[in-house]
Amino acid sequence: MCHKIRHPRYWLIVPFKMAGLEIISDQGYRIDGRRSSELRKVCARMGVFTQADGSAYIEQGNTKALATVYGPHEVRKGRGKIQHDRAVVNCQFSMATFSTGERKSRPKGDRRSQEMSMHLRQTFEAVIVTELFPRSQIDIYVQILQADGGNYCACVNAATLAVIDAGIPMKDYVCACTAGFIQDSPLLDISYVEESAGAPFLTVAMMPKSEQIVLLEMNSRLHADNMEKVLDLATQGCKDVFAVLDRHVRDHVSESHALMTAS
Amino acid sequence: MLKSKTFVKKTRKGGVLKVVREHYLRDDIWCGSAACGECPQDKPVLEAEPEIDSSLCGFPHYLIPDTNVVLHQMDVLADSAIRNVIVLQTVQQEVRHRSGTTYQRLRDQSNNPDKNFYVFTNEHHRETYTEREQGESSNDYNDRVIHVATRWYNKHLQENRKDGDAPKVKVVLLTNDRENREKAQKEGLLAYTVHQYVKSLSGNPELVDRLAQVDMGESTDSDIKNESTGRVLFPEHLPLSQLQTGIKSGRFLQGSFMASRENYLEANVLVHGDESRSIFIQGHAHLNRSVNEDVVAVEMLPEDQWKCPSSMVLQDKDGDEETSEPDLGSPKARSNAIPSGRVVGVIKRNWRPYCGVLQPSGIKEATRHLFMPAERKIPKIRIETRQAETLQGQRIVVSIDGWPRNSRYPKGHFVRKLGEVGDKDTENEVLLLEHDVPHQPFSQAVLNCLPSTPWGITKEDLACREDLRDLPICSVDPPGCTDIDDALHYLEKPNGNVEVGVHIADVTHFIRPNTPLDQEAANRGNTVYLCDKRIDMVPELLSSNICSLRGKEERFAFSCIWEMTKDAEIVATRFCKSVICSKAAMTYAEAQMRIDDKNRNDAVTFGLRGLNALAKILKKRRIDAGALTLASIEVRFHVDSETHDPIDLETKELRETNSMVEEFMLLANISVAKKILSDFPSCAMLRRHPQPPPSNYDILIKAGKSKGVDIETDTSKSLAVSLDQATIPSEPYFNTLLRIISTRCMMQALYFCSGTLPESDFFHYGLATPIYTHFTSPIRRYSDIIVHRLLAVSINADKSFPDLLDKYKSQALCNNLNFRHKMAQYAGRASVELHTQLFFKNKVTEEEGFVLFVRKNAVQVLIPKFGFEGTIFLKSQDGRGVDSPFVFNEEESSQTAGDVKLRMFDRVVVQITVETSHIQHQKLRIRLVKPEVPGFSVPPVATSDKISEPPVKKVKT
Repeated sequence: MCHKIRHPRYWLIVPFKMAGLEIISDQGYRIDGRRSSELRKVCARMGVFTQADGSAYIEQGNTKALATVYGPHEVRKGRGKIQHDRAVVNCQFSMATFSTGERKSRPKGDRRSQEMSMHLRQTFEAVIVTELFPRSQIDIYVQILQADGGNYCACVNAATLAVIDAGIPMKDYVCACTAGFIQDSPLLDISYVEESAGAPFLTVAMMPKSEQIVLLEMNSRLHADNMEKVLDLATQGCKDVFAVLDRHVRDHVSESHALMTAS
Repeated sequence: MLKSKTFVKKTRKGGVLKVVREHYLRDDIWCGSAACGECPQDKPVLEAEPEIDSSLCGFPHYLIPDTNVVLHQMDVLADSAIRNVIVLQTVQQEVRHRSGTTYQRLRDQSNNPDKNFYVFTNEHHRETYTEREQGESSNDYNDRVIHVATRWYNKHLQENRKDGDAPKVKVVLLTNDRENREKAQKEGLLAYTVHQYVKSLSGNPELVDRLAQVDMGESTDSDIKNESTGRVLFPEHLPLSQLQTGIKSGRFLQGSFMASRENYLEANVLVHGDESRSIFIQGHAHLNRSVNEDVVAVEMLPEDQWKCPSSMVLQDKDGDEETSEPDLGSPKARSNAIPSGRVVGVIKRNWRPYCGVLQPSGIKEATRHLFMPAERKIPKIRIETRQAETLQGQRIVVSIDGWPRNSRYPKGHFVRKLGEVGDKDTENEVLLLEHDVPHQPFSQAVLNCLPSTPWGITKEDLACREDLRDLPICSVDPPGCTDIDDALHYLEKPNGNVEVGVHIADVTHFIRPNTPLDQEAANRGNTVYLCDKRIDMVPELLSSNICSLRGKEERFAFSCIWEMTKDAEIVATRFCKSVICSKAAMTYAEAQMRIDDKNRNDAVTFGLRGLNALAKILKKRRIDAGALTLASIEVRFHVDSETHDPIDLETKELRETNSMVEEFMLLANISVAKKILSDFPSCAMLRRHPQPPPSNYDILIKAGKSKGVDIETDTSKSLAVSLDQATIPSEPYFNTLLRIISTRCMMQALYFCSGTLPESDFFHYGLATPIYTHFTSPIRRYSDIIVHRLLAVSINADKSFPDLLDKYKSQALCNNLNFRHKMAQYAGRASVELHTQLFFKNKVTEEEGFVLFVRKNAVQVLIPKFGFEGTIFLKSQDGRGVDSPFVFNEEESSQTAGDVKLRMFDRVVVQITVETSHIQHQKLRIRLVKPEVPGFSVPPVATSDKISEPPVKKVKT
C-alpha cells in the first residue's frame, strides 16, 4: 500500500476555475451528463494481439489504454534481479504522443511515467501468484492511447484483462477507480475536466471480492470526515468496474470456446 | 448501468486547443409535470393544472423564458404570481455566464417549492439534445435548442396525459427577440414577448410596472437615433473585447467606480490590483453612465487635462434634463490637479434594487417619473408607473434596467412598496435594505436547531468541562444589555501571583457547524445595533438567555485563564471549556460604585479592584507601545416608551470600568490569536489593521498646521504622542476634534485567514500589536464563533470539520464578515441620523458647533453635543451664486465675509431645524447664527442665550 502526500502547486488557481465551471449542477448532473455515482462507459477487448502472451484494450469514456503481457519467462536482462522463491513483475507505462490535446513527445523514462510504472508493479506483484514461478519474470507493458482522466485506473483494468488473457494465475481481479470530492460532493470516476478543477481525488485499486485495497493514492488534502465518503464511493466504483470486466472475460472465454469447439 | 449513448462534443479553447468531451444522453430525465402519466417521477414540480388568468393564453400552460427574458425580467419572474415555469438548462447556463446575481436569484426561485420552477436538463435528454450545425452562431443555436425543447414539451404533455379528461397543458415560450419569436411561431409554437404576456395577465395588473424597460433586440441602434429627442448625451461604451485588449496593453485601467457622496459629478475609480491607486473622474461625459460600485475601464487623460476635486458639495437638485454643468474645475489650481481619467466602458454593472422615493411630478397623469434613491451616490432613475399617485409619499424599491446614451438618467422599473415616508418602521426597513442587512425573522429550520426549553446543565456536560461555579465571576456591561458575552474573575494565589480569568459565552456548544442555524449566522455575520432595535445574529433564546452570562445563573463558558504577576506580566495562559455562575451582572456605573465604595469588601468587589489595578498597567503598556486612542462621539437616545420616538439624547460617557473590561478583552483576544496561529498556521481567522498610506494623513497635518501644531504620522507611536501633545488651553475641544479627524484617516480593520497573507501583514496598527483576533463576543459576531471552534480543536475539546481548515472557504467567509461588519457600522450610523432627524422634528434648536472642514461652497460643522455633522451651504449649489458674501481661500482653507473669517476648528453657533419644505427627502438643516454675517446668518431664537441647556427642556412638545 502506498500513501503519499505532496503539496499541490495548482491550488492557487482553484478559485478561478471553480467559478468558471459548474462541476455538478443543482439537478445532480455532471458536465458530461453523468450523475455523481456513475462510471463512464467501459468497453473492453481481450486478445487483441497474437504475438504477446496476453493482451487487452480498454476504453473508459475517452481514456483508452492498451496492455500487453509477456511471460512468465526466464529473466533476461540483469540476472541480479532473479528471485529464487517467486517471479519478478516488470511493468512499463507509457503515453502515446497523440494521447493528449497537444502532441508531445514523451520519453519513457520521465519521472511521472516511472512513478506510474512503479505503482503498477506494486499493484500486480500483490495480486499475481508469483510464488508459482520462481526464478522467472513477467512483463506488463501498458500504453495510454488517449488520456481523459483516470489514466492509472485504465492501465490497471487493461493490465488485469491482459494478465487473465495470458493465463497467469491471480488471487483475484484487480480493479481501479478514482473518486473525487468536488463542490462538497463525492464524484465517481472523474474525467480530465473534473480532475483539473483542482479538488482532491483519490485513486483506489482493489481486489473486489475480498475488498482488499491494493493501492490508495491521493495528492492533496482532504478532511478526514470526507475521506470515508469518498473511499466508500471509490470502493463501489471498483466493484462496478469488476462487474463489467468479469462480463467481458466470460464473454471472451465463451466466444473462444465456441470457436475452438466449432473448429 | 448507463442507458445512454456516447456523443463527442468538440469545442475550441483558447483558439488552438481542441477539447474533446464526452456528452452522455440519458433517458431518465423526467419532464417534471404532474399532468404527465409517463414519467416515473417522485414529486413533480410543475402543477397538473396551472392557474393564471391571462387573456392571451386562456388555457392551462407552463412558461419557458429565454435567456434575455430571465436576465432582464427577473423581477417579474420572481413575483409570486408567476409560477409553473420551465427553466431550460441551456438558459440557466447562459444566465450563469452573463450575470452571477441573476443566476443566484434564478436558483432561489427553483429552490422555492411554492414557485414551481422546474429546471429541465435538456442538453442531456435523449430527445431534446440538438447538435450544433456547421457555421451556426451560438445565439441561433441556443434559440434552436429552446425551440426543440419547447416542441418536445408540447408533444410530450399532449401524448402522455395522466388523466384523459383534464385540459391539455401547453407550453408558452417567452422571448423578446422578434426574429426568434417569428421563427417559433412559424414552427407552430406559442411565443409571446414578456410585455404581451404580462399585460394580458388580468389578475395581476401591478406586474406591468415591474417590467424592465429595455427591449433588447427590439430597438436597434438606428431606433435610438431616430427617436424624437435624437440627442446623444454620452460617449459610446467600447465593446468588451476592445476593453480587454486595452486593459491588457495598459491603455485602459480596470477599477471599481466609487461615486462621491458630496458631489454627484465626481467620482474615484479604485484601480484593481493596485489598491493605493485611484483615478479621479469629473463631469457627466467622463463619468459616462457609471453607477456606484460598477467595475469600469478608465482611460487616463493627458496630464494637462488633469483636474482637481472641487471642494464643493453638490447634489443633483433639479429634475430637468439639461446637461449644463456647474463650473467645477478651477483650472488655475493646476498644482492641485490629481490623476484624472474618463470612463470608456463598463466591464460589470453592480446594480442592485435601490430604496428611495418618487419625485413629485408636475403633470398628474404622467406615467414617466423620476425616482430619488436614498443613497446619495446613486443617480436618479427614470421609471414608468401608472400608480404614481398612490406611490407619492411612499418609500419604494426600484431596479435599474439600463442607461441609454440619449438619456440623462438611467431607466428602471418599480419593484415594490415599503411604506410611508417618515414612518419609523418604514425608514428602518429602508435602512436595513440599503445596507443589505438580512433582517427577516429566523426560519423554522433555524429555530429547529435551538435547544429545547427549559434548558439545564446535565451530568454529562459537567463531566467534560471544568467546574468554575465557585469562582467570584462577575460581568460588567452597558445598562440594558441582555446579550452578556463576557465575564471576569480575579483571585490572589498563595505564591504571590494572581489568577485572572476571562469567561466567554460558549456559543459554539449550541451552534454546530453546517446546521441551518450556523449557516444563517454565518450569512448575517454580526448583530446589527440600531438605535431602537437589535437585529440578532442568532435567535433570541440563545442571544439573551441560554448563552448570555446572566447573573446568578449557571452557564457554559469558554474560559481563558492567566497566571500573572502583580505587575501584569503573564506567567502562564490556559484555555478550557467550563461551567460558571456569574455572581453579579453589573453596569459600568455599578461596578465603578463598588470599586469606589470603601465599605464593601466582598470577593467580587475585591476582584474588581484587583482587575482595575491590573488594567491600568496593561493600558499604560499598550499606549507606550503606540496604541492609538481615537475619538468618535457616540450618542444614546432616550426613547419614549409608548411612541418609541426619541425624546432625549446623551453622549455616551466613558468610565474607568469601561476601559477595565476592554483591556482584558484585548488581552484575551491577543492570547487566543497567538494560540490558534501556532496550531493552525494556514487557517486561523485573525484581524488586521493596516497602516494607512501617508497621503491619508494630509488632511490631519493640514488641520494641525492651521493652529500651529505639528503632527507626526510616521508610526502609530509618533502619531499617538503628537496627538497627546496637541492641546491648546484656550480651546479645550481642539484635541478631541483632531482625534476625530485622525479617526477618519484610518484604514478599515479586516478579518483574514492567516494562510492568505505574509506574516508581516498580520499587524494591527490601531492597537499596536503584531497579532489580533476576535474571541470575546461570539453572541454578536460570527468571526468569534470560528475562533472559538479553532481554539476548541486546538485544546482537544471539540472535533474539527472540513470547512474550518479550508483556507479558501475561510477567506471567503472573512470577506463576507468584513462586508457585513462595514454595513452594520453604516446602518448603525444611518440609524443615529434617522433618530436625530426625528428628534429635531418640529423644533428649532441652537447649539454650539465646530468647523470641521471648509469647502468651496460650504463648511462642515460638527455639533459635539449631538455627535453629528452638518453642512452649511454658503453659496447656492451651482457655485455661481453672487448672493453669498463669502469668499473662499483655498490655500488656507477659509471662508471670509467682511471681517468674519471661518476656519477649521472655529467655534460657531448654529440653528438646527428639520427641513420640511421638501417632504420627500427630509433632512436636517443647519444655519449659521454666530458669528453674525449680515445677510447670511439667521437671528438667534428667543432662548438663544441659554445655549448650554439641554434642548429637551427648551422645547416641550
